[in-house]
Amino acid sequence: MTVMDTHISRRTLMRAMLGAGGGLALGFHIPGAAAAVVAPKPWTTPTEGVEINAWLTIDAAGKVTIRVPHTEQGQGALTSVSMMVAEELDVPWKSVQAVFADMNRHVNQGGEYIVTSTHGSQLVRMQHPHIMRAGASARERLKQAAAEAWGVDRSAVTARQGTLSAGNRSGSYAEFATAAAAVTLDREPGIKPPDQWWLLGTAVARLDVPVKVNGSAHYAIDTRLPGMVYAAVKSCPVPWGRLAGYDAGEARNRPGVVDVVEFRAVPGRTGPNHLQDGIAVVADSWYRARSALDLITVEWDFGTDGGVSDETQAAEARRLWEEPGQVSHEEGDDTLAMIAASARVVSAEYHRPYETHARMEPINATVSVTGERVDVWSPTQNQASALEIVADELGRDTRDVFVHTVFIGGAFGGNGGGNTAVTRQAAMLSRQLGRPVKVIWSREEDIAQDKQRPPHYTRLSAALGENGLPEAFFSRAVWFAYQGASSHGPATADYAIGTMPYRVPNRRHERHNPAAHIPTTTHRAPGANQNGFIIEQFVDEMALAGGWDPLEWRLEMTKGMEPWQRVLIKLKEVSGFTTDLPRGEGMGVAVVEDHGSYCGACATVTVSRGGELRIEKIVLVMNSGYIINPLNAAEQMEGAACWELSHALNGGLQLRDGQFANLNFDSYNLMRIDQMPAVECHFALSQDGWWGGVAEPGGPPVPPAVANAIFFATGKRARSTPISRHDLSWS
Amino acid sequence: MTLTLTVNGATYEVDAEPETPLLWVLRDSIGLTGTKFGCGVAQCGVCTVHVDGEAVRSCALPLDSVVGTQITTIEGLSGDNSHPVQRAWIEHAVPQCGYCQSGQIMSAAALLRQTPDPTDDDIDAAMAGNLCRCGTYPRIRQAIRRAAELMEDA
Repeated sequence: MTVMDTHISRRTLMRAMLGAGGGLALGFHIPGAAAAVVAPKPWTTPTEGVEINAWLTIDAAGKVTIRVPHTEQGQGALTSVSMMVAEELDVPWKSVQAVFADMNRHVNQGGEYIVTSTHGSQLVRMQHPHIMRAGASARERLKQAAAEAWGVDRSAVTARQGTLSAGNRSGSYAEFATAAAAVTLDREPGIKPPDQWWLLGTAVARLDVPVKVNGSAHYAIDTRLPGMVYAAVKSCPVPWGRLAGYDAGEARNRPGVVDVVEFRAVPGRTGPNHLQDGIAVVADSWYRARSALDLITVEWDFGTDGGVSDETQAAEARRLWEEPGQVSHEEGDDTLAMIAASARVVSAEYHRPYETHARMEPINATVSVTGERVDVWSPTQNQASALEIVADELGRDTRDVFVHTVFIGGAFGGNGGGNTAVTRQAAMLSRQLGRPVKVIWSREEDIAQDKQRPPHYTRLSAALGENGLPEAFFSRAVWFAYQGASSHGPATADYAIGTMPYRVPNRRHERHNPAAHIPTTTHRAPGANQNGFIIEQFVDEMALAGGWDPLEWRLEMTKGMEPWQRVLIKLKEVSGFTTDLPRGEGMGVAVVEDHGSYCGACATVTVSRGGELRIEKIVLVMNSGYIINPLNAAEQMEGAACWELSHALNGGLQLRDGQFANLNFDSYNLMRIDQMPAVECHFALSQDGWWGGVAEPGGPPVPPAVANAIFFATGKRARSTPISRHDLSWS
Repeated sequence: MTLTLTVNGATYEVDAEPETPLLWVLRDSIGLTGTKFGCGVAQCGVCTVHVDGEAVRSCALPLDSVVGTQITTIEGLSGDNSHPVQRAWIEHAVPQCGYCQSGQIMSAAALLRQTPDPTDDDIDAAMAGNLCRCGTYPRIRQAIRRAAELMEDA
């Protein structure tokens, strides 16, 4: 059986499960050679074929080229968008090739792709209606063209696997493509319900894998243009500090150096992609530019922000813990009075530090400015936004700006033209020097100038009732978000605490949002990762203080909530969770909602007497409503688990003198293969009309499950990260 | 200064300072961009290439130290994705963003040449210098075991 004739039933989907070995428990195969492909150069839009609509062309041989308006940052957009269009168009998967869509056309011709930003685990869950409609519309227009040619009603024509037929007549899509392109439908069709899917819901190999095993995949950093020069840059290490003076004499005399250029912040332009004070060295190779930059002595004016550190923020948080904050969520009577009067109180303090994105491709951009046109390569999560930023920086018409979508070496919520100044830097330098310029941030610059994940300091308390369950629950969180960052505000600060499902009759959640000078932004599963670690450990603290098994506590406290119950029941079934293990071994559970999906985790750990932690296994159960590709969904769950374990175990930016001190992988430690546990992914899908995201929700429950397991193994609770700084020894 | 390099069997005359890291010569002078830049301090492994069959971090390897050696980059591993490691990587759908995978594959290929049937500890030891931010580590483990099988069959 191949993927092409796999009809997946609701019942089959419910059983969809991938084992620890990555092998599929379902009886369908991962397609091999007979599969769709990425076009040879997906970053150049092919011109062959007839355009049925903005999303697809069909050539004379029947090859269908699907134009993907989203970015491919490792989350599978090329494959997911192509699957959704092909599902409705009803063409053999092997006849599909995927390319990136033309952003100049999108921006200047009325936004025909509707959404181009690729973030928030949104692509499938939120964009599937209009993406599938594009395929359905093309199919109906092909049917209409055939109906007119054959003199029959469109309802008499069927379209299946690239062939149109009515009675004893039939023809290929290719034969009717030109006529279909001219058809206007009276009414645009709706999309298929899940029980009619033939391709969606099956395990499809990602299209971009083959080009990523031989070095041929083109990333922005790989762009090479005739006459291009390279720039290494350094902006003020204390964000928004000023360039007071510098001596570039020695740098200018180095071989290959073309120029030394100042960047200056523009008054009133303080957004995340605007220029800050800094220096660029431009040379005929990046290594020469970087070496010369290191020879420049710079005097910065840090202002008062140069006195901010982890210690000053911690002191500020402790002070604010004593003051009432803004109430973000409240239920029931006077929560604080109940806790004050209770004889059974549980309380704890938690902390998460700043974290950075550190995607493996350092931030970079290449821009070529000429009188006729501007060409841009930027690893941004929104290519249309990069186009508009460059047009704004240069004062050019958007019709003259061409952004070339290429692969992105990771993004994780932090990327590109919209989130860093790199695209403006490259545009400014290219205009000034009159030749193409590639700007690459060193890893140190990438971490120092990233928009970071904000730190959390949270104090919690609860009063337990007769049955050991909480009657009143209180939290007060301090969250140091950048004052100007509108996209990363209070709602994220409260995520997973304010939105926790547990039925506590009296609840009060407060926050303080003190202004901080460190720019912050979204980070894979923003809010849910920080708060998941906090709330799901505190749940265990409450459960154990009340004499409850942690998994039974969660089942009891989410009674009647179908999406949560489905996950917890499945987790109980597949994980073998138990608190009855010898000292040094532990299992822990957690469950967190993120981006509309519910994910539970069970971690199994061992801790030696000396305190050496080993995570043996992570079992994940996801309820995202539906999934369109269990293979890619499992990859995303594994990836999200590794992402947040990386920060929880290692990670942790250190803020000193207003700037970060650990700026490369020798000091900002991330998870390596020897720390990575086996991850087993299961699905427990409601399939009840709602869709959740897939790329992020696998992360948040994992670190608290590990920390809860560590507690059972050692009796020690790690209430801050990185966990590696805790002494886990036991006797 | 002009130095002569042998990369993927071809000879290149390169004009660069002798201390220039091999990585930038490969990427900027020769145009082999499959080898990536990640940290510049030999900590992440995305720049891994083979020098006389050994996996090395090209971002911290001075040009004058590799004159007279045989350098192999990801582009030279096979012309058609047929190397057992590449086949196993495709079979196990390893890459996500893909940026680190040239380095992962070069490290894995060097491991399997020296240790045809690696244990989990061998894999961890050989691959711990290669960071992946997408979290493909479980699939890298599976793919290396699979590549070992493919090499044994060959």
